[in-house]
Amino acid sequence: MADVKKVATRQSYGEALKELGAEKADLVVLDADLANATKTDIFKKAFPDRHFDCGIAEANMMDVAAGLSTMGLVPFASTFAMFASGRAYEQVRNTIGYPHLNVKIGATHGGISVGEDGASHQCCEDFALMRTIPGMTVLCPSDDVEARKMVRAAYEMEGPVYLRFCRLATPVIHDESYDFHIGKGEVLTEGGDVAVIATGIMVPEAVEAAKLLKEKGVGAMVVNMGTIKPLDEDLVIRAAQKCGRVVTVEEHTVIGGLGEAVCGVLAEHCPTPVKRIGVYDEFGHSGPAGALLTAMGLDAAGIEKATLAFLGK
Amino acid sequence: MTDKERKELQIMATRVREGVLTATHGAKCGHPGGSLSAADVFTYLYFREMRIDPADPRDPDRDRMVLSKGHTAPGLYSALANRGFFPVEDLATLRHIDSYLQGHPNMNTVPGVDMSTGSLGQGLSVAAGMAKGAKFLGKDVNVYAVLGDGEIEEGQIWEAAMFSAHYKLDNLCIIVDLNGLQIDGPTAQVMNSAPVDEKFAAFGCHVVVADGHDYDALEAAFARFHANHGSGRPTAILVKTLKGKGVSYMEGQVGWHGKAPNDEEYAQGMAELAAARAALEVE
Repeated sequence: MADVKKVATRQSYGEALKELGAEKADLVVLDADLANATKTDIFKKAFPDRHFDCGIAEANMMDVAAGLSTMGLVPFASTFAMFASGRAYEQVRNTIGYPHLNVKIGATHGGISVGEDGASHQCCEDFALMRTIPGMTVLCPSDDVEARKMVRAAYEMEGPVYLRFCRLATPVIHDESYDFHIGKGEVLTEGGDVAVIATGIMVPEAVEAAKLLKEKGVGAMVVNMGTIKPLDEDLVIRAAQKCGRVVTVEEHTVIGGLGEAVCGVLAEHCPTPVKRIGVYDEFGHSGPAGALLTAMGLDAAGIEKATLAFLGK
Repeated sequence: MTDKERKELQIMATRVREGVLTATHGAKCGHPGGSLSAADVFTYLYFREMRIDPADPRDPDRDRMVLSKGHTAPGLYSALANRGFFPVEDLATLRHIDSYLQGHPNMNTVPGVDMSTGSLGQGLSVAAGMAKGAKFLGKDVNVYAVLGDGEIEEGQIWEAAMFSAHYKLDNLCIIVDLNGLQIDGPTAQVMNSAPVDEKFAAFGCHVVVADGHDYDALEAAFARFHANHGSGRPTAILVKTLKGKGVSYMEGQVGWHGKAPNDEEYAQGMAELAAARAALEVE
């Protein structure tokens, strides 16, 4: 992996906003004093009159975005995932979700891979919180290419979208020909022994884990689930029917995220044993992102180990 | 304002108040107290101040109103119905399971409602977003936000005020209904938000204090708002009002914040308002 190109999806977010901004005059960007961390400063440099800094006031920012959207603009409201989904949850729920306004929430610094800042900034609850809002679309890109395509897809659909990006630079696994559609997962590797359904920066790790599993004689069908909601239920069921065992992997608490979304679908339509890999009801802590992910079993080796244990091998 | 115009507004305000009683009586719940204290403000906004067209409630160039104190939906709905956005008869269906008149304002079901509200403290931010959007788009649109004096205990109101002054939103008119009562008692005792005028001034607003039941005072206050265009500062009109205004047994009574009149109380209130209207009509 040493020579693999790595890009942080927050960087992709900023660049995609700039590219889209050149085409769409109604696209505006809001930030809460984090523009050089969320990377909306890339957009700001290109379109300073369309970038509104709201200061350190995320609740106000979300509702300002709601107001802007009613005027026919398409606001991307940006801050860290912790504040977008946590601090401003009720603003997003009542004032963006309930009226189903055309607001896009660009949440960076999702998950444990925030690293050194520690638990206060490591948001592992955002999928769970955002999934509960009726009509909310929830996206999490696996790499730079998918992130940029997601920003465009979010702009092009009508209605609220939550996009989760990461701080850490991670491998680029797609080329530009990749075609992203909201609500559709992607099969990355074929295999018949276990389905590994992953999202976000866990996807490249799952692909690497599949290689390790193959060496042990286990065929893994790796699925990139970029859309957390609406979930690609057909693909989940198809993967379960084919493999008979399902592993989910997310940089998120196992409570209420991708894993439980998959479990919900399978419990109702195709009961199948599932192993949820994620953060197990605990807070993170400070440390280098890579070391933290390894310590929490959220890397290729950890996924391989948990999968083999799940399969009784 | 001519005597005739003033009288027409006063007569309309009694109809708006009758609608508040009819709606909350029909719902057997809801919030009459703050609807009645703000009834004259609603009447002034929808019958004299705002550039709106009931035949085209989604006109992109219309003025906007955000009822930040969303629980006073009966007052807003009654003003909208009397203005012609939907039938006055529908007010009696407020909060019914098959009614479009939701307990708190819903922009997607109720014609004329510009923003869904109800959770306190958020409406001013939305109004600021609208005002910012209007300026960005170069539209001559005024945005009005009606707040409660209990509501301004929410910290987000002050985030929004800071934003509004920072972005020079002189097309934004903040109206605070100072009726002095909130659910748990007098605002001064529950959580004293005074001095409200100094707070909004410190946050960068032009502050105007007016009697919220006096149409000449309201006209003068809104004239100040229009005069402030170009100043780069939002306007905060603080209206001193009486909670429950116009219905004798509700006036100044904290218990009528969120309680509906029973049949007997409804009849009495409607009779009082009808008498007030009749007196205005014969004057």
